[in-house]
Amino acid sequence: MKFKSILTGVLLAFGLGTAAIAADVKVGFVYVGPIGDGGWTYEHDKGRLAVEKHFGDRVETIYQENVPEGADAERVMTTMAMQGADLIFTTSFGYMDPTINVAKKFPNVKFEHATGYKRSDNVSTYSARFYEGRAIQGHIAGKMTKTNKVGYIASFPIPEVIRGINSAYIHAKKVNPNIEFNIIWVYTWFDPAKEADAAKALIDQGADVVLQHTDSTAPQAAAKEAGNVITFGQASDMGEYAPMPRVSSIIDDWAPYYVARTQAVLDGSWESVDTWDGIGPGMVGIGEISDAVPADVKAEALAMRDAIADGSYHPFTGPIKKQDGSDWLGAGETSDDGTLLGMNFYVEGITAEVPQ
Amino acid sequence: MVMFGIDLVLLIPALMISATPVLLAAIGEAVVEKSGVLNLGVEGMMITGAVIGFIIAVNTQIPIYGFICAAFAGALLSVIFAILTQYMMSNQVATGLGLTMVGLGLSALIGKPYEGIKSPTLTKLEIPILSDIPILGPMIFSHDAIVYFSIFIIASVAFIIKKTRIGLILRAVGENQDAAHALGYKVIRIRFIAIMFGGATAGIGGAYISLARVPQWTEGMTAGAGWIALALVVFASWKPWRVLVGAYLFGGITVLQLNLQAIGVAIPVEILSMSPYLVTIVVLVGISLFGHQTAPGSLARPFHASQ
Repeated sequence: MKFKSILTGVLLAFGLGTAAIAADVKVGFVYVGPIGDGGWTYEHDKGRLAVEKHFGDRVETIYQENVPEGADAERVMTTMAMQGADLIFTTSFGYMDPTINVAKKFPNVKFEHATGYKRSDNVSTYSARFYEGRAIQGHIAGKMTKTNKVGYIASFPIPEVIRGINSAYIHAKKVNPNIEFNIIWVYTWFDPAKEADAAKALIDQGADVVLQHTDSTAPQAAAKEAGNVITFGQASDMGEYAPMPRVSSIIDDWAPYYVARTQAVLDGSWESVDTWDGIGPGMVGIGEISDAVPADVKAEALAMRDAIADGSYHPFTGPIKKQDGSDWLGAGETSDDGTLLGMNFYVEGITAEVPQ
Repeated sequence: MVMFGIDLVLLIPALMISATPVLLAAIGEAVVEKSGVLNLGVEGMMITGAVIGFIIAVNTQIPIYGFICAAFAGALLSVIFAILTQYMMSNQVATGLGLTMVGLGLSALIGKPYEGIKSPTLTKLEIPILSDIPILGPMIFSHDAIVYFSIFIIASVAFIIKKTRIGLILRAVGENQDAAHALGYKVIRIRFIAIMFGGATAGIGGAYISLARVPQWTEGMTAGAGWIALALVVFASWKPWRVLVGAYLFGGITVLQLNLQAIGVAIPVEILSMSPYLVTIVVLVGISLFGHQTAPGSLARPFHASQ
């Protein structure tokens, strides 16, 4: 009896919100954090709302927040597919294998996995070239640091994060040969208290620039309390911390992509594709550079943004050596996407080691 | 005072701040469990305290009001648990888990308008003379009031449980509810009060995250601190001072490993990251080898006067 009533309660809690009204297409979203994280998941949910607004009654969306990366994710995706979702966006790297597994069981449901590299007939992948934004951050960081120490809060040692560290480092080093990167791996995407602790540790160790690859605004708050430390909004603008400590940001704009893919399902033209867009197509936005940045640095940063956008500059342009001193890119050579997607090495000059 | 390239004057305060939320939540839960009740809703009460404390502090601009209201909010939420488990005899584990879900959902709902707002922060209390001691002063004697309050609570709980009649009754109820009942003690009423105390300290612990440690409101920001608090109670073998040791040990190693990473020490990151858990396991093994487990005898057993 008791077990049954608990079960009913749980079913009610999860099921009610999604009670069906007739719509042509049902789109599911699986989120790794809460919508209110102010960063990564917040932007994905903005994309979801854009889909609702664009299609009105023709499309119904459902979502689940705080889904752990692992077996739980499979359960959530399966539930969504059984509830009749036609298209499911799984929005974190760790959902890669769960997405592939569930997609096998539901060949008629389309899946879209963010930031991964495994595809199948009904699984697309999509990601944004965040490293383009990291280049601009690195430039500003290198110019503005007084201690020559840049702190970096990294989440998991996956190519996406390592790429960001390399891109930021290369461009900071270019304008400031004495630059030093202190990297902390927190092994979480979202844990405000731990992110704040990491930011404080970096600041205690002398960093006056803190870059983050985690989802919450906690490092911004820690930097604000410390005073003379600058930060950058991650995934979302985090504009509430402007003009200091947040001096600029990388904004992920998923809305156009989500709308286009939902449209494709409506039209029946959906195909498994691999999308990797950057500043040019607008998937990566550079948040307003605040007045805390000197005017000349701001102008350089904007020029770099425009050069990346029109394709005249690639953030990974040689000569670049790998950390072990071996050659990676010759002078003027740019990296191919394959190397970037599988990046598991630091570039020359970074003193830390990549966790394996 | 520099050890391994890390300034202890910076590290010690950081670890005390980092440990205070779980410390407060764990000492409350220790009292609850001492009375024979297992409340798994710590996470829910913490996050509710975090959001209520934040809202009140922002609106009044007085952080202490935030903490007081957080204590009431945590206690209020625990009353739901107390009524369900003590009077309606519901399963404690399921009800506690439910409480966590309610807390997480409720806090997300009422905290929505407060995302991205800056809260007033606690001022550091400078204790005359003591704060001026070189090294020791900035290390231990220049914290905000809640850090001292948490240590005071530990000391009080330790004293009350060990040395007073109230403590004796609480332990009796937790160790053998039928015997306590036979002696004429109001088992339900005593447990009710213990549960509310646990809720209040969990609420304050949560508010410390949103008002001091981070400080901001973000949905789901306790991110598992309540579960660590629960583990800490077992780790401490239900002894108040060991809760303090455990919290500072865990918090200390967490902060230390972040600092070691920050200075780029040549230890693999994986080992540093798992070090807090590794040390916890080692200590637990040590306790079970050389100490004695003292889980209250009536822990998580429902009580009804008719039985």
